[in-house]
Amino acid sequence: MIKNDYVPFVSEIKDVIKHTAIEYTFRMSYKGDVKPGQFFEVSIPKYGEAPISVSGIGEDYVDLTIRKVGKVTNEVFERYKGETLLLRGPYGNGFDVEEYKGKELVVMAGGTGLSPVKGIVDYFANHPEQHDGMTLIAGFKTPNDILFVEEFANWKKAMDVILTVDCAEGDTQCQIGLVTQYIPQLKLKDVKEAVAVVVGPPMMMKFSVQGLLDIGFKEENIWISQERKMCCGLGKCGHCKIGDSYVCLDGPVFNYTKGKELID
Amino acid sequence: MGYQMNQEGFNHVLKQLSKEYLIYAPKCMKGGNTFSDVDCIRYGEVQYAEDIVFDKKSDYSFKEVLLPVSETLFYFTEGETKEADIPRKKGAIIFLRSCDLHAVKRLDDMYLQNGPADYYYNRLRENVKFVLMGCSQSYENCFCVDMGSNRSENYSLSVNKKNDMYYFDCKEEAWVELLKEYAQGELAVEPEYVTENQVHVNIPENLSIEVAKSKMWDEYDSRCIACGRCNFVCPTCTCFTMQDIFYSENGKVGERRRVQASCMVDGFTDVAGGGSYRKKNGERMRFKVLHKVYDYKKRNGYHMCVGCGRCDDVCPEYISFSNCINKLEGAMKEVLSK
Repeated sequence: MIKNDYVPFVSEIKDVIKHTAIEYTFRMSYKGDVKPGQFFEVSIPKYGEAPISVSGIGEDYVDLTIRKVGKVTNEVFERYKGETLLLRGPYGNGFDVEEYKGKELVVMAGGTGLSPVKGIVDYFANHPEQHDGMTLIAGFKTPNDILFVEEFANWKKAMDVILTVDCAEGDTQCQIGLVTQYIPQLKLKDVKEAVAVVVGPPMMMKFSVQGLLDIGFKEENIWISQERKMCCGLGKCGHCKIGDSYVCLDGPVFNYTKGKELID
Repeated sequence: MGYQMNQEGFNHVLKQLSKEYLIYAPKCMKGGNTFSDVDCIRYGEVQYAEDIVFDKKSDYSFKEVLLPVSETLFYFTEGETKEADIPRKKGAIIFLRSCDLHAVKRLDDMYLQNGPADYYYNRLRENVKFVLMGCSQSYENCFCVDMGSNRSENYSLSVNKKNDMYYFDCKEEAWVELLKEYAQGELAVEPEYVTENQVHVNIPENLSIEVAKSKMWDEYDSRCIACGRCNFVCPTCTCFTMQDIFYSENGKVGERRRVQASCMVDGFTDVAGGGSYRKKNGERMRFKVLHKVYDYKKRNGYHMCVGCGRCDDVCPEYISFSNCINKLEGAMKEVLSK
């Protein structure tokens, strides 16, 4: 008997954590295996479905950090703790933390791109002995757009953290500049063996990967995560197809050796 | 074994089969074309042999029987969801030509093999039998021979129509007695197939994604109007979009559907927040063409396009898909010489 993968299940909103005016984390009840970088299809009847990456994983919950930018997410923001959303998933390959263990790791995130990689950052923040030097470079548009402000303090204890914004008015705690400008300053023991994860808007990923390659990173040591329209998450609807790859099945996480071949 | 039968006999056979199956075949929809007073040949339920159009290519393919243009997945009522009932309770018999029978394999691979098997496709696909309609001639824009889809073996029954006689080859054990009962004679029958098309295509051996950089796609920026008709008539196009429909303004009762979608039409790649890919029509043409004759094969081992030529038949801008394939060789030379 083939399972009906399209009918969603009901999940309770256990908590809502507000980061910015348009970015909240919804802590959703969920029990089951989930990897960082995977995603759920979140839906509200009448408004439709949207793929949202997992930004945190707990015993009986998953965190979905959602930006209020569309038909579905606008409606999600009308829901409060104790109410419910419909979910299906998790979908996609996700990041494999095993690949990064014992190595020098650079994580570069732009804006909400921090959500899919947050699971990796959390993991190594809790297990600092498992990396051989780690740098997180997180970039946001302005200080008001910074996500997970409280977590940053925690992460700083376990790794080097560069928090940067594109522009800021007046005094600010963070640095100003694009994430790419910090790449040449990276102090790595062996760039040939170091690994990197880059997630963010298309242009940010393009230039960040270029920057990493320029300082000597190997293509096979870089991972990216793609975002596309998806109606099914199951390799059928075709919206997320790029070349011979389906972002929902083969991705959203791609090793750069594959990722560089993806031409929309 | 093969059988010869007149129309009356064939109608008896159809009547008997219709007890167990709904019978779908290309039918003439009078005045059903987009142009006034022009007919449209598309799939629908048939009862009689004379309803089946044998002498023309169908404008739309059989795929709507397995992938309805709009398909309800489930209903919402208050907080509950209820799965939609299967649209047909009986099995189905589909009359189709060889190119389309090859397309069935592509639909199966997409919906049953690419990722987890699809529940809704599977329930319509189960208990479907195919009747191969022999092709006594190649039609306009057909290029099945070059795509290797001009012959098929995996049918339950094949039928050739000559003058007013029907000639069958039956592979379905359970139908043999029925055919014998109404046959005028037994003889060896092979489904007719074409061995030569007017249109030929050449897919270059060295085709690679580099071809995306060619200037050949630019002409489609202005010629193509992104209407998506080529996708909707294609027997191998499988994309869909989710749609929520509500019956009342209070938003308590409604349904989620999937509807056929087109990679040529605006909005196909739009993500919330304004992101969009392949904004130019030439890029969309490149995406579609390469899926049909390049990257589908990379993933599945054989080409997606079956050469039915319906995309050429339907295009309001007279864009020829086969012509586009034939430009790929030159385009590869162009990009490799840079």
